[in-house]
Amino acid sequence: MAKIFKKDREIVTPGEILAEGMDIVAGDGTYRKETKIIAKILGLVKIERRVIKIVPLSGIYMPKVDDTIIGKIIDITISGWRVDFGSPYSAILSIKESGETRINRNNLTKVFNIGDYIITKIISVTSQNLVDLTMKGVGLRKLNRGYIIKVNPHKIPRIIGKGGSMINLLKQETNCKIIAGQNGWIWIDGNPKDEVILIKAIEKIDKESHLDGLTERIRDFIRELKRSIKRSR
Amino acid sequence: MAYEKRFDGRRFDEMRKIEAKAGVIPNADGSAFFRMGKTSAYVAVYGPKSMPRFFSDPTKGILKCYYEMMPFSGAGDRVKPGISRRAIELGSVIERSLIPVIDLHNYPNLAVDVFIHMLETDAGSRCVAINAASIALADAGIPMRDLVSAVAFGKVDDKLVVDLSYEEEAYDKGDVVDMPLAMVPSTGEITLLQMDGPLTTDEIIKLISKAKPYIKKINEAQRLALKNKFKV
Repeated sequence: MAKIFKKDREIVTPGEILAEGMDIVAGDGTYRKETKIIAKILGLVKIERRVIKIVPLSGIYMPKVDDTIIGKIIDITISGWRVDFGSPYSAILSIKESGETRINRNNLTKVFNIGDYIITKIISVTSQNLVDLTMKGVGLRKLNRGYIIKVNPHKIPRIIGKGGSMINLLKQETNCKIIAGQNGWIWIDGNPKDEVILIKAIEKIDKESHLDGLTERIRDFIRELKRSIKRSR
Repeated sequence: MAYEKRFDGRRFDEMRKIEAKAGVIPNADGSAFFRMGKTSAYVAVYGPKSMPRFFSDPTKGILKCYYEMMPFSGAGDRVKPGISRRAIELGSVIERSLIPVIDLHNYPNLAVDVFIHMLETDAGSRCVAINAASIALADAGIPMRDLVSAVAFGKVDDKLVVDLSYEEEAYDKGDVVDMPLAMVPSTGEITLLQMDGPLTTDEIIKLISKAKPYIKKINEAQRLALKNKFKV
């Protein structure tokens, strides 16, 4: 019979034996050796019925099809734009996918200039991790104002929360607009004082994402910050 | 006169004191500190990151280790900073002892840089560097089969010893053998075995067969360091 040696949400290091038995499936971040399932990366154990996997706590962003990400235009080529998205691989946004109908091919800077930030979506990733992007879709656009902060991409699910609970809390408490790209880049826009609180809250989530009861703690944290700012005035 | 008592008062089968810490350099993707007695290392890992075309491998990511002794790290004179013949060799030796556990197949054309800085060197620096680099690589989120642990074994005069200090390596009243060994603890695979000095086959086998408990002890310290990073 299958035995599981680790608890759900326990921190494990590479090489630790997670489970033994052939009726358990080795998920992401694990590998099977004979009957044993062993951790391959540093992270939190996640047990979902018969699948055991590891949610990483660190590491780079690996592009995935259909991810909505925030990118920065870093170069302009003959056929489109080169986009940096915080990964060692860079992406191409071709003219066809720019969402604009009339484009002067000789002056692509009119659409997106170098240094512009965009919300974009990944449409394809090759085996060598060459990435193609599109701007065709709901909410995909150039970001004209606001502020970009960068966190570890593996923390994004916690910043969004279950069914968007965390991000809605952040929006309500700080009255800022927030868009979290899957690549770990977050765009925020609001009153400068609120932005400061929001950045502190996001930093706290980034640091404590592996602990339980995060949403409540963040709510208390933001309210406490607001109170202390009011008092100091 | 035979070697009766170790210079620092340890038993012949006793390692130096171990200290390990993960995540010590905020700007690095992964980092670690490791100390054995008076030998200590800081390691910073950056990457996986992109590489010039001529340098990269389109089938998998590559690992690059850079070893450097700090100018003040030696027991005697100032160490000349920068790349020396010994630093290149040790970088390559450490790299080879880590590659067997690291899986970079998902990172084509990328490289992982491991920068090792020795703060203090009192013998056994490559072992300490390997121990620290293992922690730092795991901290950076690099997929790996296991953490590699390393310790030196050897012989001073007629006594078989564990984890030699510099004084012992410099012992001049008899033969001294230094044999650094790195092992994958879960499988017992040896990823590094070097030796300088004369040992008989029996002695080598005896020393290697004694290695497991020491490797395990180091390995536990490495895992604890990684877990302690996330304690609040």
